[in-house]
Amino acid sequence: MTDLLELNKVSRAFGGLRVNQDISFKLAAGDRVALIGPNGAGKTTLVNVISGGLPPTGGTLCLEGDDITRLGIPDRVRRGLVRTFQVTRLFATLTAAENVALAVMQRKGITRRFFSAATSAPEVREEWEKLLGTLGIAHLARITVSQLAYGQQRLLELAIGLALNPKVLLLDEPAAGVPHDEAPKILEAIERLPADIAVLMIEHDMDLVFRFAKRVLVLANGRLIFEGTPQAVTSDPEVRRAYLGSYADARRPA
Amino acid sequence: MSTLSTVARKSDGAFPFASELTAVASIAALGVLGYLLFPDDLAFLTRLIGITLLVLSLDLVTGYCGIATLGHAALFGVSAYAVGNACLGGLRDPVALLGVGIVAGAIMGIVSGALITRFRGLPQLVISIALGQLVAALANKLSSVTGGSDGLSGITPTPVLGLFHFDMYSRTAFVFSLVVLGIVFVLLLRFVRSPFGLLCQGIRDDDLRAQMIGAVIYPRLIIMYAVSGAVAGVGGALNAMTAGVVGLDSVSFERSAEVLVMLVLGGAGNLWGALFGGIIFQIFEHIVSATNPFHWMTLVGLLLIGIVLFVPRGISHGVAVLWSKVMTRGGQA
Amino acid sequence: MQTIFSIGLDGLSYGMVLFIISIGLSIMMGLMRVVNLAHGAFAMIGGYLASYALRDLGAGYAVAIAIAVVGTIIIAMPLEVLLYRRIYRKSDPLIQVLLTIGITFVIIGLSNFIFGPTLKPIPLPGELSGPLDIGFRMIPTHRVFVIVCGLITALALWLLIDKTEFGIRLRASVDNSDMADSLGIRTEWIYAATFALAVGLGAFGGVVGAELLPIEPFYALRYMVTFLVVVSVGGAGSIAGALAASLLLGLADTTGKYLAPEYGEFFFYLAVIFIAFLFPRGLFGRAH
Repeated sequence: MTDLLELNKVSRAFGGLRVNQDISFKLAAGDRVALIGPNGAGKTTLVNVISGGLPPTGGTLCLEGDDITRLGIPDRVRRGLVRTFQVTRLFATLTAAENVALAVMQRKGITRRFFSAATSAPEVREEWEKLLGTLGIAHLARITVSQLAYGQQRLLELAIGLALNPKVLLLDEPAAGVPHDEAPKILEAIERLPADIAVLMIEHDMDLVFRFAKRVLVLANGRLIFEGTPQAVTSDPEVRRAYLGSYADARRPA
Repeated sequence: MSTLSTVARKSDGAFPFASELTAVASIAALGVLGYLLFPDDLAFLTRLIGITLLVLSLDLVTGYCGIATLGHAALFGVSAYAVGNACLGGLRDPVALLGVGIVAGAIMGIVSGALITRFRGLPQLVISIALGQLVAALANKLSSVTGGSDGLSGITPTPVLGLFHFDMYSRTAFVFSLVVLGIVFVLLLRFVRSPFGLLCQGIRDDDLRAQMIGAVIYPRLIIMYAVSGAVAGVGGALNAMTAGVVGLDSVSFERSAEVLVMLVLGGAGNLWGALFGGIIFQIFEHIVSATNPFHWMTLVGLLLIGIVLFVPRGISHGVAVLWSKVMTRGGQA
Repeated sequence: MQTIFSIGLDGLSYGMVLFIISIGLSIMMGLMRVVNLAHGAFAMIGGYLASYALRDLGAGYAVAIAIAVVGTIIIAMPLEVLLYRRIYRKSDPLIQVLLTIGITFVIIGLSNFIFGPTLKPIPLPGELSGPLDIGFRMIPTHRVFVIVCGLITALALWLLIDKTEFGIRLRASVDNSDMADSLGIRTEWIYAATFALAVGLGAFGGVVGAELLPIEPFYALRYMVTFLVVVSVGGAGSIAGALAASLLLGLADTTGKYLAPEYGEFFFYLAVIFIAFLFPRGLFGRAH
């Protein structure tokens, strides 16, 4: 199993506030990892650092052996490190098809073209139709994003992420804020992600974690305090202390 | 802007050259209409076309890339001066002069783009203003090149294709400009629907998202600015050639503000708005400001306030919304 | 040496005029996040009112200033209620630019209609119009007057914003208007009061600066961008920033005009671009 992503003592501080401290872990092809932790633990900051939106103040990141610590977002994306956003970020005035098509074309380097019609080129069309179909939103292709329901937008985010042929996919709370009736579709979509990519998912919902993850990373107060199976997470004392504070020990009978 | 361009893009593949043919037909129709309504004022119509090209050029950066600029006249004026100098220097073929305008405009576009797109929001606006004023101050100072406050004059190109003299009644000038406008407009319609054009719209909508699909933003915007400069350059070249003079007004802040008003009036982000905004505004200006320029100012001011309050997306958006309402109602029959 | 002194003095007084007029805009932009291109128009109205008061009503200089400031505020407040409120803190700069350009155009048109297209001088009182002997040179008293006015304005504003209750509420509203709302601070009133303050200061600057920036209908257009640029360079909402930017840019412009007059405002705008690249949020700007 090859290591796709390796973090080595990655830190991120804002002035005196150390949001991420000495975080080290590896992701291999096919991994399904959940990143959990109490609010304010630094999860989103970590994902920002990994995806390139924030430079780390210490440590290194390697993608397939290459040091990517100094690379910007577009370079990381082109090497296969893709993230989705917790609060959907889409091209609001464009249609669903165009959103996905742009990702496809960018990946293929077609966005330099000045004159061919964008979404209808055959090699592009094939891909976006397939992706939208896989996620069950093919019927929304020609609808402007601003008119889509929130759950549909989340699915579109996933579609865009996949359109970039990621090797490592970072999902930032993919089901957050999605109404109950739409959540299953997203979960199915996550389960059907390509087997050879590594997926790191930030999540709060433990049901999802159990359903989806083979490994769990727990972040608390900026540090990685646990790495292991979902089953082991719930009984680990450090984790319980992190979530419950000093009450964790109080449950033990005297 | 989204509704109209979405309507346009949704018909992709319906009939391959539908919008291009519509464009050609519209411009031809407008030309005929202009000829009939202002038969003795073709010089005015010719000038109108040049400025309309500047409005189209502004639409590319403001409507399609979301860049706020009050310094766009610089691209137009620099090209006009370049063409004027080229012509006075001996290069007098009109098509070659168009080429000069395109190149000059593109270069100025690259310079502007490199400076202006570096930031967003207020700093962007301020830099655009400063750059425009800088160019205006230079134009005033470098009188050997620009004629200073007197401007350049005596720009007389040779006949178009060797056949059509630029006559006193501006007939040749008018038709020549109209044809050029038609060609440019059609090319732009294709351009904004290209992958590049679509990506720029994406950048306008959410530039972080655009980065997250792997696009590097800054160079893309500069390229768009170069294209915009080329279009402005065509307009500047036409004006220089057909009016025979180039003055400081072509680089003035007033010109930059004016074309922004025209663009907003028509509606940014779909090219048709730029076309109609430019035409309608200039026709009204021609009629009203002849009486009293200050009254014209007051009217424009009131118009601007009205647009912001009631139709902030411009008239073309209002029309598009109506159109799609009509279409959906028709479809549900 | 003489020239350097002259440049310094003229640059300083020009800078001070810019400061007095622009500081109001800076506070407005800092608080209400409005790019107000009509600010110069309000300064112009102040100038017109003062000129009218002095020449047609025979009022004294101080009274004329008072009339100008109060009159401009009275004229501007309806605009605040009807128009400006719709663009506070929410709209993108383009909408604000368009609305305020529209307001400016209307004011220019009306000014011309009421007062005519000619320049309206604001005659200085005897004490201020002669030369002042500072020992080694004779300098125009007016320049000193302007500089003193600028310093007093800066000091008074600093006291107002740092030391008074109004100032505290103002700063709270700038930092977090939702929070300020929930604390019971009536942000609407703060906005209106700030608007009045801004406009009043602009009018004051328009009057005292009339020697350097003459009053005629196109004043509002001619200096439309100048004040906006000064505020952006200084950083919206910062008194120190507005002062620094005004003086810097005032000196840059005056130096340019003395040494290379054919270049016009080339050096002013060159300095602007330079500073904007080094300090995109302004010299003393804060991230929002």
